[in-house]
Amino acid sequence: MTDRRRFLELSAAALAGIALAPGIRLIQVAAARPLDAPASGKVRWGLLIDTSRCGDDCDACLSACRKENHLPQGELRRTDAQWIRKVAVKDMRSGSARQVPMMCQHCAKPPCVDVCPTGASFKRADGIVLVDRHICIGCRYCMMACPYKARSFVHEPTTGQNPEVPRGQGCVEGCHLCVHRIDRNELPACVEACAATGRKAMLFGDLNDPAAEIAQRIAQVATAQVRADLRLDPGVRYQGL
Amino acid sequence: MATVTLREWNITSRRYYGLLAALGALIALGAYAFLQMEHHGHVITGMDNQVVWGMPHVFAVFLIVAASGALNVASTASVFGKAAYKPLAPLSGLLALALLAGGLAVLMLDLGRPDRLVVAMTHFNFKSIFALNVFLYTGFFAIVAAYLWLMLERRLQRHARAAGLAAFVWRLLLTTGTGSIFGFLAAREAYDSALLAPLFIVLSLAYGTALFLLVLIVASRWDARPVSDALLARLARLLAIFVAAALYFVAVFHLTKLYMARYDGVTRFILLDGGRYTALFWLGQVAAGGLIPLALLFHPRLGRSRAAIAAACLLVVGGGLAQMYVTIIGGQAYPLALFPGMQETSSFFDGEIHPYAPSAWEVLLGMGGTALALALVAVGLRVLRILPERLDDKIIDALEAK
Repeated sequence: MTDRRRFLELSAAALAGIALAPGIRLIQVAAARPLDAPASGKVRWGLLIDTSRCGDDCDACLSACRKENHLPQGELRRTDAQWIRKVAVKDMRSGSARQVPMMCQHCAKPPCVDVCPTGASFKRADGIVLVDRHICIGCRYCMMACPYKARSFVHEPTTGQNPEVPRGQGCVEGCHLCVHRIDRNELPACVEACAATGRKAMLFGDLNDPAAEIAQRIAQVATAQVRADLRLDPGVRYQGL
Repeated sequence: MATVTLREWNITSRRYYGLLAALGALIALGAYAFLQMEHHGHVITGMDNQVVWGMPHVFAVFLIVAASGALNVASTASVFGKAAYKPLAPLSGLLALALLAGGLAVLMLDLGRPDRLVVAMTHFNFKSIFALNVFLYTGFFAIVAAYLWLMLERRLQRHARAAGLAAFVWRLLLTTGTGSIFGFLAAREAYDSALLAPLFIVLSLAYGTALFLLVLIVASRWDARPVSDALLARLARLLAIFVAAALYFVAVFHLTKLYMARYDGVTRFILLDGGRYTALFWLGQVAAGGLIPLALLFHPRLGRSRAAIAAACLLVVGGGLAQMYVTIIGGQAYPLALFPGMQETSSFFDGEIHPYAPSAWEVLLGMGGTALALALVAVGLRVLRILPERLDDKIIDALEAK
């Protein structure tokens, strides 16, 4: 009898669990931005990259980006898209050298957005600069205007795309901070891959939130923006340049 | 009283259709090149992610800049009241429209998504010089077309002066817009100068006047229509002044850059050790496009020879194309400085001079656009009363005396 009662209790608990679990899961998902809600202007997504932690032979961020966004891999040609690259910077007087991961710097005042004739190049309220593939006409003016060489043009037909990251021949594209992942409360692919190596050279977060680790680090250590002289206020900052 | 009659181009049908067939073949080749680029993508061109604007832009910008300059003769007649040029004003307007059409065709067909032209006409970012240029180009078509109509319609000729003034102001705006496409690129050291707007205006005067003279000389000769040598010599002197002014602006542009340490690298690249760009600058742009035409045009005897004037015009056109190549492609071949003063290398070719070799497709597209412009001029001359029946010394004197 007690066995039977125990069985019924367990069954009821299991059923309740099955019934409630999706609800609990939904509550978790709701913490991410609902897809029909606009991006918040209170947030400014950004990156802090510590070049001293970046390994000379490590390319975890590069391959993660290519894998996530289904970009060309292997031997890269001049026409191939590269959303992130490592620039080897050397001071010829002192001989000091650095590896600097370089991608779209998500400027507060992006020249690519200024020059785009159709408004395809745009900045989301949360600071992410991206290309609307529906209205990009492929004029490449943004590539002329970007000081960071962050944009690539799709020179040939594409196959095997990630449905979340559509790419198409004749349009311009570039790093969008993995906006599809951010909207699911996940980290950009490069940041996640860098953390997985244990180096933790890349930190992602809300630059506007004083409680965020990225904002606190920037408040504590000396960081720099690339080509700060252009006053574009990039959302990507570097430590150890 | 001297009256100048404008008449349709009356060359033999054989010659006319032969000309159209030759130009049509070039247009067809251009169209074929476009279809190839559209189908395979820009991977079949010489352009890449480093040099993003190539040969099509050299042709397109040249034609668009020349278009506004081709209107020069009409402006001189309508706005500055030079009666001798008035009979040539319609040809000037027609050439301006045709060159702009040819240039825009090349620019448009080089887009990554030319099928989205309607998007470019319906979505505007008014902070973009390109978007403003869409209005400047369409406005130029409308104003110059109206101007041409007012000049050709006898009953409305009294309004032509006002339209001519509007066209004159508009062409200055148009070329300011074209020069500013490059001038406002702060990160590219080869550009980044407000001087590019007035420089392009002066270039337009030289290119446009040279093309106008060539078209006038050939069109009149083929139809055995007399044109006063004195008038041609005056136009040639005008061209010489524009060519000299263009050289002056180019000198000031590079001297400013030379003076500022941050531009040392790029200025050295263009003027001294840029290989083909340096050669094209000194031999193409400066010598062939500037000094030799000046010597020909100012020469006391040669300056009056029609052949020498035509040769000078051809040299100005060739030098102009060289100048556009050096400006547009040379400016991109020199790498962006992400870390000024440092040595940079990367898988994305940072810190190195970017190689570029135009593919046949690009050249064919550019030549197709040029042929389109010339075909439009030929058809316009044939069906409209554009070209003066006779424009000899007697008529010019009578016009001036009025």
